[in-house]
This record gives sequence, structure tokens and C-alpha cells, in this order.
Amino acid sequence: MSDLLTVEHLSVRFPIRSGAVWSKVVGHVTAVDDVSFTIAHGETLGLVGESGSGKTSLGQAVLRGHEPAAGRVTLDIDGRRIAITSMGKTELREARRHMQMIFQDPYASLNPRMTVRDILSEPLIAGAARGERLSRTQIDARVVDIATKCGLSRDQLNRFPHAFSGGQRQRIAIARALVLKPALVVCDEPISSLDVSIQAQVLNLLAELQETLGLTYLFIAHDLAAVAYVCDRVAVMYLGQIVELGTTRQVYYSPKHPYTEALMSAVPEPDPDSTRRPILLAGERPDPAHPPTGCRFNTRCLHATETCRAVMPPLRPLGDGHFAACHYAETLELRGALALGAAATATA
Amino acid sequence: MTASPDFPVLDVSGLSIALDNDGVQVPITQDVSFSIARGEVLALVGESGSGKSLTALSLLQLLGHGLSVVAGQIQFQARDGGRTDIARLGRSGHAIEALRGARIGMIFQEPMSSFSPIHTIGAQIAEVVEVHEKVGRKEARRRAADLLGKVGIPDPVGALDRYPAQFSGGMRQRAMIARALVCGPSLLIADEPTTALDVTIQGQILELLRALKRELGMAILFITHDLGIVAQMADRVAIMYSGRIVESGPVRDIFRHPAHPYTRALLDAVPRLGDIDRGRRIQPIAGSIPNIFEVPGGCRFHPRCPVAVLPRCAASAPPRHSSGRHEVECIHGETELAP
Repeated sequence: MSDLLTVEHLSVRFPIRSGAVWSKVVGHVTAVDDVSFTIAHGETLGLVGESGSGKTSLGQAVLRGHEPAAGRVTLDIDGRRIAITSMGKTELREARRHMQMIFQDPYASLNPRMTVRDILSEPLIAGAARGERLSRTQIDARVVDIATKCGLSRDQLNRFPHAFSGGQRQRIAIARALVLKPALVVCDEPISSLDVSIQAQVLNLLAELQETLGLTYLFIAHDLAAVAYVCDRVAVMYLGQIVELGTTRQVYYSPKHPYTEALMSAVPEPDPDSTRRPILLAGERPDPAHPPTGCRFNTRCLHATETCRAVMPPLRPLGDGHFAACHYAETLELRGALALGAAATATA
Repeated sequence: MTASPDFPVLDVSGLSIALDNDGVQVPITQDVSFSIARGEVLALVGESGSGKSLTALSLLQLLGHGLSVVAGQIQFQARDGGRTDIARLGRSGHAIEALRGARIGMIFQEPMSSFSPIHTIGAQIAEVVEVHEKVGRKEARRRAADLLGKVGIPDPVGALDRYPAQFSGGMRQRAMIARALVCGPSLLIADEPTTALDVTIQGQILELLRALKRELGMAILFITHDLGIVAQMADRVAIMYSGRIVESGPVRDIFRHPAHPYTRALLDAVPRLGDIDRGRRIQPIAGSIPNIFEVPGGCRFHPRCPVAVLPRCAASAPPRHSSGRHEVECIHGETELAP
């Protein structure tokens, strides 16, 4: 399997301003700090972390929604390498058809004054202006096709977003992202604003569409249990860095970073007899503008030593495609989801 | 008068809330009944639009404009034995204000919007003590600092003089818990208190609530949609769907032997950390939650129910069955409740 997306040493910085009128830049927050990873064709990579970990900034920088401060992003489309980070504006607009985004809040991401048909046609009309000429009937056929695939009926196309529930709106947002037949879809918390009974519908829809359309997903989420259902591999972020990366099984069942273990332990298991209890981390997440020296997790880590406070551990390979950024990845005995007391239900 | 041990701290029966829509009463919740004993946690579980949060607000007469309690009782018994039917009280006035914030504490989902940004944390907690008890400012501040320490805020005395914006989300939620507890309430209403928080902070807050329950013997009404939190926090569970409690019972009965098809469907829809085999799909519930203006007749769940018996379930309200403390509203109830 070849890689569709290659991200190398990507960093995103935001200025910190002071003063209300003549504001001055007084410093920078490094939201994403020297992050590298790849996603293979047809694969789903999960990006998990808590608020402020930089996962959304990273997702947006991959699409150049934020201009990255450093690093390279490359897409491989039909064997053609497209260097996203070194493109001019016009080229980028053209390249964006290959990469789309689904947002968290389907109430905010759909224009309330446009019908579903217009919402879904707009990307195609904008595309037509850039060369790909489609007739009205062709556009309509594409819209109906993708709407049907996303579980929307033909007569729903003439309605406005307010007529739909949250789950249906997310279907519209998914259809809009897919109408240009992108290769890569960045899903930013696509289910976290939905009810439990609806979350499963959307997760299953995303999995189905991936199979039928050959999509590749970067799936950003904070809900670890939900992520496990759709992801082949998972990257765990903390304060702007990837601290662990591996297959879902590796990361969930045999974590190699203490932060991953703490995250797993804190997910409440829907079982009153579960013995899993959260590992209580010391203190609070440090201010991202002033990250601690050495390992960024050292202020809250139960295993931190002098080395951890002085030297930043790189994300390094541990074999079988499993990576962790911990000086003691080989020696620490960390518990995964099962050892922490997650009962595996019978798999169908 | 001392508190009768047999009488629960809160006993809600037949509670119905309606929305006044241009003179037409639209029912929001119907015939909601539950009780909570001292030291007990009842989880009120439901998805958005189920009426769980409005039920909580009605317990403090905090329903918004156009909404009102149209039937039922809310019997509350404080630790000192005083018994009140909150449903009979007005939205303002001495009687409800003496309960609100003092004998009944409440914590909300969003800690940022429930504190005033222009007053210090200390002033906002001390104010509660000053209003409800005849104590001076100094004593009120001491009590506030004491509670901030109890909920795990480092340097509680220093924290008194800081503003909400200087607190992180987790610290603000702790401060809100401190404010809710500062008068030693008999009942704590917690409406999705951890939904806005990160999972590691959520773990800390849940541990804190568990410890406070043990220490203070409070009754807690925990409102949530997260079945993981329910399993870890609740002694008993009430499941709400479209304004009605469709099933209630001890937490183990609900998770091990769910009797209502909606409860079973919810449990099947929840992703679990234990099964991460890709390809195993979680079972969604077809359709969507009815909105209050288009509530289906008969059993409200029947259009989404995999075991609905038509036309019976569409025609008449389902009967209520119970075996001891486990109750369910479903035509299959009798067989499902069999031990």
C-alpha cells in the first residue's frame, strides 16, 4: 500500500497579541510542533488528544486552512505527487478538490439560506469555473448520486438545513465534502455533537462510504471508544506533538506512552462491574505558550525522571510500525484498555 | 422535627411540564416519577430532547419563559426534616430561594457561563453563604476557601481573589461544585457536569463527586447522556425518551437485563474501548428522536422499535410493568422483566 498523504516536520504557530487597539505580537504559541506521519491509500488514521493538543490545528494545516509555519505536506494522486505546502493560491484551489473537510457542528457549517441541492451543487459549480465543465443535468446527477449514497432522499434536496435533525445535517455535510470525489477527507470531530443513537449511524455511514468510494480519512476525535471503530491506526497528541502512533490494536491494547495509558484509563466503561479507574494525572495541562522543557508530559507523568525534565524524547520506532515519544517506552509496564478493565463484548 | 429515614430526599411523582405555545399547551414531559434517597445517586439518562434537563430545572423552579409544571408533585425533604412540595412554590419568593443554592445545589454543563466574569471566584462563593446564612463576610470567605480546598483547588485562599477567566475549565468546574456545596445541600443536581471537559479532567471530577457523596451523604441527581458515566456513578437509573421515563431500576438491572427496547438499543449503540476489531459495527438506532410537536401516538418509541407490535403499539400507550424496583413501560414488559 502506498501513501496518499505524507506530512513531514509540520509546525503551526499562532501569534499571541497584547493590547486591544494597537495590538502587538508578544509571542507565539506552537500549536503543532514538528509533526510527521503518513496515511496510506484507503486507510483511516485517528488523531486523538484533549483540547489544546493541536489536533484540529494539525488537521487544518494539512489542508492549508492554516498556513503552516514549517514543514511539508504531499498528496499522491494517481501516482502524481502534489506538494500542498509549496503551492500558489490558484494551484491550491485546484488541489483542494482532492482533500475535503467535515466539521464538528452541522448547525454552523451549513448555510441556512441555501437548499440542500444548492449546498451540494456549489462545489461542482465552483469546480466548473476552474475548468471542469459540467452541464446542469450532469451536476444534478452527481448531486442526486452522492445524496443517495449518504442516505438522503431526492425530495429532501429541495429543503433547507433547518428542516433536518443533527444527524441528517451531518449527512448533508458529508455529501458536500464528497461530491467532488476527494481522495482525502479530514473529519474533525464529526460525531461529537450528535446523540448516541445517531453517532453510530454516522460512523457506519463513514465506514460504508470509505469502502464504496475508496476514501482515505484523517479522523480527529476526543472520544477514544468511537475512534477505535473506524481507525486502522491511531496517533495520540499532547501539547502539539504526537506522543504515540501505531495500529489501533497496538495503541489501545499495549500502549507505550504513559499519557496514552492515562487517557484510556479515564474513559468510563459502560459496565457497572468494570474495575477500570482513572489514573489521576498530577496538575493541569501546561499552557501551550509555555510548554515545559524536556518531555512535554513530564509535569504530569507518574514515571518522570531527571532525564525527562531535561531531554525531549523524539517519536521513535519500537518495531512493527509502533512509535512512542518516551525515554522509557521499552521498560515501562503500561496497561492497555483490556488490562485496565475493559470487557470485550463478543465480536460478531 | 428530624428527617424521617423512610422518606426519600426527593420524591417526584406524576410530574408533567408543558410549553405554552400561543395559548396551546404542548406537553414536554409526562408523568415523570422518581425518588432519591440520602447518599444515593440517581442517573437520569436521555438524548437531546428527552426532557431530562427541563425536569432538572423544574426541581428548582427554574423553567424558562412559557414553560411550566402542569401536574405532579416534587416532594423535597431537607436534612433538618422540613418537607416541601416544590411544585407548589412560585418561581421567586422566600420559600424557593431558601432551597435554591442552599438545601439543593446545582451544577451545570458550562462552567464559564455560570460564573459572572467580573466578580472573583471567592466573592461568588461567599455570596451564597451570606445570602442563606446569617454569617459575616469573613466567615463566608473562610467557608468558601474551605470548600475550594475540599474540591482540590491548590492554594484555596489565593484562589478566592482570582477571576473565572483565570481558571482552567477543570478548575472552574471544581469551583462550581464548591459553590453548589458550600451550604451543605441535601440534594445535588448535576446536569452533564463533565460534558464540556477533557476525559482526564472528567475522571478527576467524577472521583471528586464520588468522594463527596460518601463523605457528605448527599443525594445526587446526575443528568447525562453518557452510559459510561452512568455505569460508574449511579446506584439507580431512569431512562427518558421523548418526555417519559420508559425504564428505571438499579444500575446492574439496567445494564445486565435491560427491559425496554430503547434501553437495549442505546446499550448496543455505545462504542466500547474493549472491542476495537475493525469491521465490528456498532448498532445504530434507526430514525431520529421525535420533536415535541410531532410526538408519535401510542408508545413514543414505536416508529424506531425493532420489536413493536403493530397496530397495538401505535394505538395505545404501553402498560407499566414492575418487578420490585425495576420498572418498564412496554407491552413486552412482563416477559422482559421475568427474572
